[in-house]
Amino acid sequence: MEWYWLPEYLPKFAEGLWLTIQLLVLAITFGMAMAIPIGLVQVTGPRPLAWLAKGFCISIRGTPLLIQLWLIYYGVGSLFPSIPGIRESMLWPLLRDAFPYAVVAFSLSVAGYEGEVLRGAFRGVPKGELEAARAIGMSPLKVLFRVWLPRALQNVFPTIAGEFILTLKATPLAATITVFEVYGIGTIVRQETYRIYEPLLFVAAIYLCLTGVLVLFFRYLESRMPRRMAGAG
Amino acid sequence: MENAFEYLAFSPPGWGGNLLRGLLSTIQIALGAYALGLMLGMGGALGKIYGGPVLRWTLEIYTTLIRAVPELVLILLLYYLGTDLLNTMLEKFGYERMDIDGLWAGIYVIGFVQGAYSTEVFRGAFNAVPSGQIEAARAVGMSSIKAHTRVVIPAMLPFALPGLANLWLITTKDTALLAVVGFSELALETKQAAGATKAYFMFYMAAAFLYLMLTIVSNFVFSYIERYYRRGQPVQG
Repeated sequence: MEWYWLPEYLPKFAEGLWLTIQLLVLAITFGMAMAIPIGLVQVTGPRPLAWLAKGFCISIRGTPLLIQLWLIYYGVGSLFPSIPGIRESMLWPLLRDAFPYAVVAFSLSVAGYEGEVLRGAFRGVPKGELEAARAIGMSPLKVLFRVWLPRALQNVFPTIAGEFILTLKATPLAATITVFEVYGIGTIVRQETYRIYEPLLFVAAIYLCLTGVLVLFFRYLESRMPRRMAGAG
Repeated sequence: MENAFEYLAFSPPGWGGNLLRGLLSTIQIALGAYALGLMLGMGGALGKIYGGPVLRWTLEIYTTLIRAVPELVLILLLYYLGTDLLNTMLEKFGYERMDIDGLWAGIYVIGFVQGAYSTEVFRGAFNAVPSGQIEAARAVGMSSIKAHTRVVIPAMLPFALPGLANLWLITTKDTALLAVVGFSELALETKQAAGATKAYFMFYMAAAFLYLMLTIVSNFVFSYIERYYRRGQPVQG
């Protein structure tokens, strides 16, 4: 085991870590924002919308994230340059960079998995609570944000927390489309120093710590949640 | 774009045959890795429940580490570690060094990772078997082993099946990661086909479709198996 390379590459790893965290936070934010309507229309929406949402969830959950990522970066990305005038447009710097593609792919993945979880969660909220909310005069939107969504999230929080950790563990895939997050930096170190184990072990240790921090954070959030259940006292 | 579908033809100017060959090795690797994972998981669960403190802690470290580190990192680590260990052993016994074949290496790394997950699935299922059933089996004079093969394991399977079905789907999708390490399976075949023809969008769509079919067929098979093993149990929900 030789670690002489570590001080030299430590700043790079810090950059990589920042990129990993950005990717994770953006994917979770956009993903959950999409997952809420995707879960909701499967419970209350009109048939065609429900089918569309269902098909989306099945497609995302039934194909490897790596293929989705490559489909979006290489596949969709290769279609953009054929659009006339796009190279001169304001969007081009964004479309040329790999990071936005990674954010889109990971967000869609989160949306697919969490949409499925939220479908069950929305269905699991007792009807009486929604009727009570409507009965005291809340508008449908208010019922959703004050009662339905909070109650649904509360019930499936441990599941969702577990899924977010799976998302963290999927972020190294972004390195395959030249987004140099922690794992990508590890690959660079391996190529430049010809050391096999040390960079990989260091990368593994970083992810171990990140997972640990996330688990503790979610456990803290869960402990802050009010747990009042009818009959459970 | 109008000749895009010609790229999918089965014979050589088309790449369809390559994709199907890739799908075949994906299925082979997934089946092998799943079987290895189930064996490790069954052993691991029994070890966690009945083992002494040393075995229990070793297994605890195994399941925790594997489940906290990204699969991609694990696959690389396990691949290098495995080949190094194998070659050191071979040299010690006076054989030539060798490269592990992609198929077996894939089965070993994915299986080792899946073992950690299925350990937890089996452990949960074992704990869900009512202790009265185990005591009843012992009371009619079955030995501990017989009580397990005749009562505990059959009673535990329905509890384990949903988790195991999930793990199978994860296994088939995890095999795609092997493309990053350079093992030939569906994802890598697709990458090569797409790179050679520049028809990226179409080939990745085709691969996604094949994976999706694999998932849908697997779902049917598992719901059939689950119905079979749940026979005689009270209907849930």
